[in-house]
Amino acid sequence: MASASKKWVLGIVVLAFVVPLLQPVLPDVVSDYRLFLVSTMIIASIAVLGLNLLTGFNGQFSLGHGAFYAVGAYTAAVLMDQLNVPYWATIPAAAIVCFIVGYLFGLPALKLEGHYLALATFALALAVPQILKYKWLEGLTGGVQGIVLMKPEVPFGLPLTEDQWLYYFCLIVMVVLFWAAANMLNSRSGRAMMAIRDQYMAADTMGIDTALYKTVTFGISAAYTGIAGALSASAIAFVAPDSFNIFLSIKFLIGLVVGGIGSLTGSVIGGIFYVLVDNSAQALSQFVKNDLGLPFDLSAYTVFGVLLIAIIYLMPMGIAGGVAMAWRKMRSAR
Amino acid sequence: MFTRRRGFIGGASAAAVLTVSSPAVRAQRKADEGVTDKEIKLGHFCPYSGPGSAYGVIGKGLEAFWKSVNEAGGINGRTVRFVTRDDGANPAKSVEVTRELVEQEKVFCTFNTLGTPSNTAIHKYLNQKKIPQLYVATGASKWGNPKEFPWTMGFQPDYHTEGKIYAHHILANVKEPRIAVLMQNDDYGKDYWGGFKEGLGKNVDKVVKHVSYEQTDPTVDSQVIQLKASDANVFFNITTPKFAAQAIRAMANIGWKPAHYLNNISVSVAAVMKPAGLENGQGIITAQYLKDPTDKQWADDAEMKLWRAWISKWMPDANQADLNYVYAFAVANLMKETLTKCGDELTRANLMRQAASFQKLRLPGLLPGITVNTSATDFYPLQAVQLSRFKGDSWDLFGDVMSAESS
Repeated sequence: MASASKKWVLGIVVLAFVVPLLQPVLPDVVSDYRLFLVSTMIIASIAVLGLNLLTGFNGQFSLGHGAFYAVGAYTAAVLMDQLNVPYWATIPAAAIVCFIVGYLFGLPALKLEGHYLALATFALALAVPQILKYKWLEGLTGGVQGIVLMKPEVPFGLPLTEDQWLYYFCLIVMVVLFWAAANMLNSRSGRAMMAIRDQYMAADTMGIDTALYKTVTFGISAAYTGIAGALSASAIAFVAPDSFNIFLSIKFLIGLVVGGIGSLTGSVIGGIFYVLVDNSAQALSQFVKNDLGLPFDLSAYTVFGVLLIAIIYLMPMGIAGGVAMAWRKMRSAR
Repeated sequence: MFTRRRGFIGGASAAAVLTVSSPAVRAQRKADEGVTDKEIKLGHFCPYSGPGSAYGVIGKGLEAFWKSVNEAGGINGRTVRFVTRDDGANPAKSVEVTRELVEQEKVFCTFNTLGTPSNTAIHKYLNQKKIPQLYVATGASKWGNPKEFPWTMGFQPDYHTEGKIYAHHILANVKEPRIAVLMQNDDYGKDYWGGFKEGLGKNVDKVVKHVSYEQTDPTVDSQVIQLKASDANVFFNITTPKFAAQAIRAMANIGWKPAHYLNNISVSVAAVMKPAGLENGQGIITAQYLKDPTDKQWADDAEMKLWRAWISKWMPDANQADLNYVYAFAVANLMKETLTKCGDELTRANLMRQAASFQKLRLPGLLPGITVNTSATDFYPLQAVQLSRFKGDSWDLFGDVMSAESS
């Protein structure tokens, strides 16, 4: 079974690498814009994975992962803008900075459980955009104006467009990060993380250093989300405090819950869902109003909300959980 | 609004038709992407959702305007397809929807996209792609820079110019001014403050107190108390509507009565002056460029009658006291003029040329004497304002129309 799912993953990754090469054949289907959109999905997947490591595998809640995303994005932007660091070097830098910030935030978070932790992280998410505007930091962050960046250039004279290269870059980072996460979760440390989630006291009794694991998990989780932020800075080529409002954190959480808590595949689905639904909700509400001629002037968020309720109701374990369950049912029926 | 349907049913096939047909069109007449024999496609975004959604009414007004234009036969025989998106005032999202508009929808140009950070985020992209970014809905002064950004043009009088005009008026009319300034701590506040300082010139030391607030602050009461303590006799109030109302009320409560200059973005009678208490706002001075729909002196004005007839027909449920609908009407009329002037040469380069060659063009909704003037080096369509003083329950215009050059 394990080898079968490995084959699946390998197949999908290979497919993901081949698809952009079809651009000369199908220029309208594999357009630069679509690749850019898929890149933003990849970025969202990484961010959701970061949150999943914390919430899904370690049982700690966060309503504020947008804050780490912002820190990652700004780390990358400031390095590129002020020190002319190449975009690829900003990824490890953002990871390190966010790991430290996440670890330090994890220390006081040890004293906070469940919804208290959720509130503390919520406050963090609210504070970060304000801190970015703070006048002592303005020289670095550009204040409200933000920082305008260059898009990553295609290296080694490869015959790719900027968007194709960005797509590959994001894809490579994603594959590496998911591979690392899968290995970590399969190791002693991963089992310790999950033991803490399932039975905190039992884990403690078995000799797991729960404090250390919880803070380090917080750090790693923040680092993952920070890397996603750094990638987004390169992809969007602009950062401003307004991009990192509280909705961002909520959307990561939605991606997590809809995709599947405690599932690597679920993180990918969550990332895709979050971008796709965010984009099509408006189109859908317009469709209902203009084309079906129904007398509802639904806002995009209403459609988004209705969809969300439907999914949670039909698939309480998220899409990944729902599909897995349907698959199992089908097999047992046979 | 077939645009939306295309997103659902085979967008690819429609796009294919578009690309196939455009070379044929080019053979007959000159036209760029986004223009066919039958239609012109404009791209737009503004926040319909999220914290900035109060500005969504501008987008709705624009949409209604193009509908009315199409009903009346379109522009030189072509209908206008207005493709609007919600960016929630999030710059990251603005980039995404702009790329969709340009690369998927293949719009001819963008028009009146809203928000300073959002437009900053797409500034470089559109200029690299040579897509006109016309008449952006922000008053920042950076949009009129044809040397570096030849594809971008602003619309409304910029904050910098307005700040300068207040400074000139203070120096000319207040004896021994001691000036206090309250400012929102962001780019909009700083733009006003920069223009104001430039207008004061060597008299900048007349500013005795300068305090700021954050958009997230609950009130500005403590700032107003600090300003009163400075014993200033002039107050320049750079605040958004909610805070403007708070400041006016707080000043009345603590009995501080300086000469009060209020920035143009907070002049709404319904949203600022009434909540602040009409009696507290008497004598406040501001600068305006649009006709306020609540102002009784425009009751029989031909242009405002035109506006009222339009809004009653096309947006029967809209709040007619909202100045934003006058704004939408005026800026959409400018876009219509620009497209009409292009004639059958609907290329992006020609669009920018036409946008940069207006002389004394009247738009319905502008104050008397204010016109659109642009040139190859002047990318600021509106630069004139007229001062007005709050009297009774409306704004009372006085003095001449002033521009930055003449003030």
